Amino acid sequence: MSEHHVMPIRVYLTIIAILMALTVATVWVAFLDFGYLNTVIAVGIAVIKALLVVMYFMHLKYAAPITRLFAGAGAVFFVILIAITLSDYRSRDWFPFPEPWEQAHEAPASH
Amino acid sequence: MSSHAHAHVAHHFESAEQQRQSAQLGMWIFLVTEVMFFGGLFAAYVVYRSLYPEAWVVGSHLLSIGLGGFNTAVLLASSLTMALAVHAAQTDKRNATAMWIVLTMVLGFVFLGVKVVEYAGKFEHHLVPGAHFHVDPMAELAKLEAAGVHVGQHLRHAFETANPSHVQLFYSLYFAMTGMHAVHMIIGAGLMIWLLANTLKGRYSSAYYNPVEVTGLYWHFVDIVWIFLFPMLYLIGRH
Repeated sequence: MSEHHVMPIRVYLTIIAILMALTVATVWVAFLDFGYLNTVIAVGIAVIKALLVVMYFMHLKYAAPITRLFAGAGAVFFVILIAITLSDYRSRDWFPFPEPWEQAHEAPASH
Repeated sequence: MSSHAHAHVAHHFESAEQQRQSAQLGMWIFLVTEVMFFGGLFAAYVVYRSLYPEAWVVGSHLLSIGLGGFNTAVLLASSLTMALAVHAAQTDKRNATAMWIVLTMVLGFVFLGVKVVEYAGKFEHHLVPGAHFHVDPMAELAKLEAAGVHVGQHLRHAFETANPSHVQLFYSLYFAMTGMHAVHMIIGAGLMIWLLANTLKGRYSSAYYNPVEVTGLYWHFVDIVWIFLFPMLYLIGRH
């Protein structure tokens, strides 16, 4: 019991140094042209920064398994939200739209 | 464990540790609902950026990387001071806990102050969505070139083809996302005042510091939202 983890201050200082360095790095690479990879790199760096905050500042690394499960579920459902929404919007022009009903049939005479 | 340590344990908990883990789990569940809340905004951003990438390039060029980057550093620093406040509470250092909480709050207000400057600039330059919204991508391109910025082929193409009403959409999302983030910061600052009052009253110790810890979780979450907002709004499409 009572195994609440007190992390040494040195760990916090190391993490903040990495976070600041990654912030400088993300600004720097934004000005270099990697084509579509620019977005991948920017999001990738943000994910690493978020993980460092979650694991060390938020102590998830030392949290109860049930807490880690809930946190992980949040991330998974976020990915599902983005992936399914995008798969809809990005696939809309893959196939021609069916001809509208009015064009396929004579419009009924209006009174 | 002495009976004194049990004074903080509510009757429906078996131990202080169980109570602490319950508080942690409860806050994490709330944060998951927050992920879904901001998730809707992020999904809207992703969809419209994939539809109108050129408007996103123009929109992000009109934001200040200097101010956004400075604010990112301020918010990361506030996460450090928050973590140190929890650490001080865990190790029974009441004065240090109070000091780190005050510092976290001050950094939060610095962030909000910079945000006020940024928002004021957007009002001034007619970049707030609505009847007075106005953007001329070609004029902005000329300004960039006059400032000596290297304008590559892709960048020029984006400015030449961007539809101003799509740039307005970028700014709608900019204000919705950074605005909701700022609301969370204001709530966080309020929570800091509450934590400070209770710390000074001597309510927290190494035996009981759950409010400091779970408020810290909330503060770090708000920091994480900004960690994603900064590159998505300020940096994307700069090359």
